[in-house]
Amino acid sequence: MGRYLTTLRVFWIASLTAELEYKANFLIELVATAGNLVGSVFVLSLFYGGGRSLGGWSWEAALVVLGVYTLLEGVTTTLLQPNLSTIVAHVRTGSLDFVLLKPIDSQFWLSARTFSPWGLPGIGLGAGLIIYAAWKAGASPDPRTVAIAGLMLIASLLILYSLWFVLAATSIWFVKIWNATEVLRSVLVAGRFPVSAFPAGLRAFFTFVVPVAFLTTVPAEAILGRASGAWLLAGLAVAAGSIAASRWFWRFALRFYTSASS
Amino acid sequence: MNGSRHRRLAHGRRIATALLSSQYAYMLEYRAEIVLWALSGVLPFIMLGLWSAADVGGELGLSQLQLARYFLAAFVVRQFTIVWVMYTFEEDNLSGRLSPYLLQPLAPVWRYVSSHLAEQATRLPFVVALVGLFFLLYPAAFWWPPLPALLLAGLATMAAFALRFLMQFTLTMVCFWSEKASALERLLYLPYLYLSGLVAPLALYPEPVRAFAMWTPFPYMVDVPARILAGEPVNVGASFAAVAAWGALLLPINLLLWRRGLRHYSAMGA
Repeated sequence: MGRYLTTLRVFWIASLTAELEYKANFLIELVATAGNLVGSVFVLSLFYGGGRSLGGWSWEAALVVLGVYTLLEGVTTTLLQPNLSTIVAHVRTGSLDFVLLKPIDSQFWLSARTFSPWGLPGIGLGAGLIIYAAWKAGASPDPRTVAIAGLMLIASLLILYSLWFVLAATSIWFVKIWNATEVLRSVLVAGRFPVSAFPAGLRAFFTFVVPVAFLTTVPAEAILGRASGAWLLAGLAVAAGSIAASRWFWRFALRFYTSASS
Repeated sequence: MNGSRHRRLAHGRRIATALLSSQYAYMLEYRAEIVLWALSGVLPFIMLGLWSAADVGGELGLSQLQLARYFLAAFVVRQFTIVWVMYTFEEDNLSGRLSPYLLQPLAPVWRYVSSHLAEQATRLPFVVALVGLFFLLYPAAFWWPPLPALLLAGLATMAAFALRFLMQFTLTMVCFWSEKASALERLLYLPYLYLSGLVAPLALYPEPVRAFAMWTPFPYMVDVPARILAGEPVNVGASFAAVAAWGALLLPINLLLWRRGLRHYSAMGA
């Protein structure tokens, strides 16, 4: 474990140094993330015009969902996208051989090799919005709620990671899979809104097929301190299941990897 | 005199045919990816789900059917107005592939235009299939616009594509001076996303926001063509005039930046 943490530190310092060559990008990302947040809040406000509500959620509670979504987007830009988008190139050029030969878990190496600071504005703004909206919604920051909320956020991150990783790992078979992650990204946009705001059919789809509900709605319920035990357990079970599935899937995919020349 | 003009016209047509057919063959090779790109345009359907469940229709004057038709039309319009010239150009510029293009007696922009058109042609069967699926799932929403409306919507979509291409290509010129210019496209995409009508028909926006949006080029890229297609009332003349005005504003800037950029490009010796 200690070895993994040391490696992680070396990896991230190296990639941070490289990325900081492009300092202007930080400003662009900050403006883009903030602008996107303003746009999302505006769209959300359209649903609340004329005293309506969205799927039975109050305005502040819905903002918590949006905060969780913004946070997840930030993590995607910081870790998931820069790392997992390289699997395709490793498969195509055959440099995956070298990754597999390293004395470290290959899934860990592929998932944590680089760190892009450009998602940090999203993480910061998301966390800020969550705290502000939860406070406005009257959530109490007692230790129990905070612990459960933290646990559910971790579960949501694990589910998000597994979805991305499994899709990226299919590049062992399909070299041009990168667009599939764009499809995933566009479907996850639904996570900006509480899942109860969707009609029944889509609600089932976003709970059982693409578990968007567990990505943003369930953590938001936990932050607001009103999640039911059944949903919390289901969230943890989905997280554990999807991590196990991603491990299994990677081993399975590697059996079909035949290096670049063959 | 007349003969030479005729010959030049025939020559132009030959170039266009060759470019389009070769790009189409190239895009067909990537049809699986293009299907995935098309699928990643599901945003209008997600928003349709939200708006129909929110049931705001009655008080804001848009029925469920009108909402469904609007968002389906917005999906179709979006499919034929997607522009990605910035990413291709950035790669061509960085890898030096632009240099051989510049040697050819044809402005490189036509190569990018034709690859966009060829990609749209590759998308077409898939979009038709998705529209069919939509009507199968939601038969009540079925409608077929009369021929004049269909032609007008097609024209408006082409105008939308031309304007969006011109806009992104103008921003693309920053590639001559910066290595990571495509980050700027994220900034341009924001007002497009929120003001074009992809997330909600502009009719649902508060009046001041809607009035402001109409002064920007973005509503003419999705909302206006989609409303024509869905059979909603549109001030056609004013809309086409707005597109023409924005085009007239952007084109000289684009040409100026292109010339400046080319000088910079050769100066770099890349």
